[in-house]
This record gives sequence, structure tokens and C-alpha cells, in this order.
Amino acid sequence: MCQDCGCGDTNLVPVEVQTRILARNDSVAAHNRAHFSERSIFSVNLMGSPGSGKTAVLEATARALGGKTLAAVAGDLATDNDARRLEKAGIHSKSITTGEACHLDAEMVHRALHDFDLTGVEYFFIENVGNLVCPAVYDLGQAVNVVALSVTEGEDKPVKYPTMFAKADLVLLTKVDLMIHLPNVRMSAIEDAVARVMPRPRIISISAQDRFGVSSWIEWLSDRRERMNALMLAAEHA
Amino acid sequence: MHEYSIIQSLVDAVEKSVWGTGYRLPVTGDRLSTGNRQPATGNLSRVHRIDVCIGELSGVDTGLLATAYEVFRAGTCCESATMKIDRVPAHWQCPKCSSDIARGAVLRCPTCKEPARLMSGDEIILQRIELEVP
Repeated sequence: MCQDCGCGDTNLVPVEVQTRILARNDSVAAHNRAHFSERSIFSVNLMGSPGSGKTAVLEATARALGGKTLAAVAGDLATDNDARRLEKAGIHSKSITTGEACHLDAEMVHRALHDFDLTGVEYFFIENVGNLVCPAVYDLGQAVNVVALSVTEGEDKPVKYPTMFAKADLVLLTKVDLMIHLPNVRMSAIEDAVARVMPRPRIISISAQDRFGVSSWIEWLSDRRERMNALMLAAEHA
Repeated sequence: MHEYSIIQSLVDAVEKSVWGTGYRLPVTGDRLSTGNRQPATGNLSRVHRIDVCIGELSGVDTGLLATAYEVFRAGTCCESATMKIDRVPAHWQCPKCSSDIARGAVLRCPTCKEPARLMSGDEIILQRIELEVP
């Protein structure tokens, strides 16, 4: 032992760790998830490129779910514009201004949930920062991941950003009312690209403008919420 | 560019791992300390090397991660540690017949029609650290 002989040399000691680097984020996400599920709140992490129509989809959702209590947090780098739009549409909302951060993490959502009145809320939307890369890395405590993909973004967008689509439970193909102006965009090519990155491909075409597809989206949300509640009930009685 | 925040979490994870070994890190003017430090007494160690494992479908760019590490390790417990990145390719498989599904193919088994399962390729893991001890 070098500490005995005094030569000053050091020993190298390998230590096996095998831990997730984002373990801290995951534990806060689990806390958020418990916070939502204890209150039977169905939480949706809505991701997508800037301008893919995330806020417009939520506005259309609020119009369609008039009688339900909705809440949201909207992540944005510099403004609270999206949260203000959602509030105006009838969704109790808070803005998370991320500054330079290109994504939301579980801690940001957790902080936003403090002092957030969730009484009677059935659906909680987390409108992530517009970005198809970084948000996919962070679990926020959501029940489902939904990716908004607009028809103008290119048929091959999903295969260019496989991580986000691999983690998605649903792709909302937005702005489909524009398809009549896009003769070179083929729906079949978008579906094929999604099937190459998403093992259980599920696409709902939607137009917030003319409300096409909004009822299918609401049906999907309601079905997934019922499934979550049934699973929780079964777990309570187990 | 979330690789900087991944590095912050990585440094935290390294500090916690050292704490678990019983060795202690010297107190430095770090900016990322999680409090897992104490004044130099016995068993003082230095982090010599860290090995991380990053999956192709993890959403983390290994080049950017290496750059972020070079920038952010100064003043942390990883200041003198080299980082080795093991990049894991995405590996999809049929959960029923275990056939491999090629990257870029439709993610459904052509035989069983089962949705493919990701066997590896989404890792963001600190595998091991190497400590320099007296």
C-alpha cells in the first residue's frame, strides 16, 4: 500500500454505479404523477415543434370540453403568451418561463404545481417548449405523451426525430385543413414515417381551425382517462 | 441543447456515488455541489475517470455531451476526470418470436405482427467511476 510506504503514488479504485443520470428528475416526476393520480387527474405532456399548433389544439380542446374543468402549464422560453391564450380559452393556466432551457423538466412542473388550485380538474395539460428533441428526454409525471405534428413540417419529420415519436402515445397530425394547398404532402408517407419510429402508431388528424378531428381527439383522451381510473381502482382493491 | 443540464445531473450522480463508497471528495470552489462534501479528513479521493452509457434513442447527443462536460467539469468533483462515453445503438425486437427488427424498418414484426419492443438504446446511465485514492 502506497500510503504505507510513503512513495506518494495513488491507487485507482473502480466503483460500479449503474444509475440513471436523470434519477433525480425521475423521482420528482414520480412525485408529480402521484400528485395527479391521487386526484384522478389525467395529465398530458403535449410536445411538438414551435408552431406545430399545440396551443391552438388546446384552445379547440377547451371549446369541445366546455363542461369539464381543465388546467394547464405552458412552457415558453421568453413569454407567457401561450398561458394567456389558454386562460382566455377557459383553461386555468400558468406559464413556465424557461429562459434558455429548451425543455421542461419534472422540477419545473413541480414548482408550477405549488399553489395551483387543482380542485375538480379532470385534465391537466403540460404544453412543453416547442422543440422536437430535448423535451423527449425528461419524464414530467404525465399519464401520456402526445406529439403535435403539423402537415407543413415535411413527410419525413418523424424519422428525423425518432426519440420523440418512439415515446409518444399519440401523434396529433395538425393543420390538416391545409392539405388542399399541399399537393406534394401525402398522408400515406406521414403514416409510413410514423410506423418506422413508433411501435404502436396512433395518429389522429385534426384541424383546430375548422374543428375537424377534435371529437376523435376528445374520445381518445376520455378513453385513456377512463382506462387510467380503472387501473387505479383495480390497484386499490388488489 | 439539454446536454448541459444532463452534465449537471451527471456531476450530482458522481458525487452521490463517491459518498456511497465511504471515500470523501476534497472541498473545492465548485458550482454544482449537492452538499455531498466535507472538509478534508481521511479517505480523501479524487475522481479519475467516469464511464457513461448513452443510447442512440436517448435524445442525448454524445458530441454535445462531451463538449458540455469539458465546459462544466471545471470546479466540480469531475474536474480531473476523463469521461468515456459508450454509445449504445437502438435494438428493436419482436416480443413474441425475438426476431430483430432492423433500424429504419416498420416497427412491427413481419411474421407475428406484434409491435416491436426496444431492447436497448434509450440508456442515459452512469456506469462506473474510478477513484484515485492514497
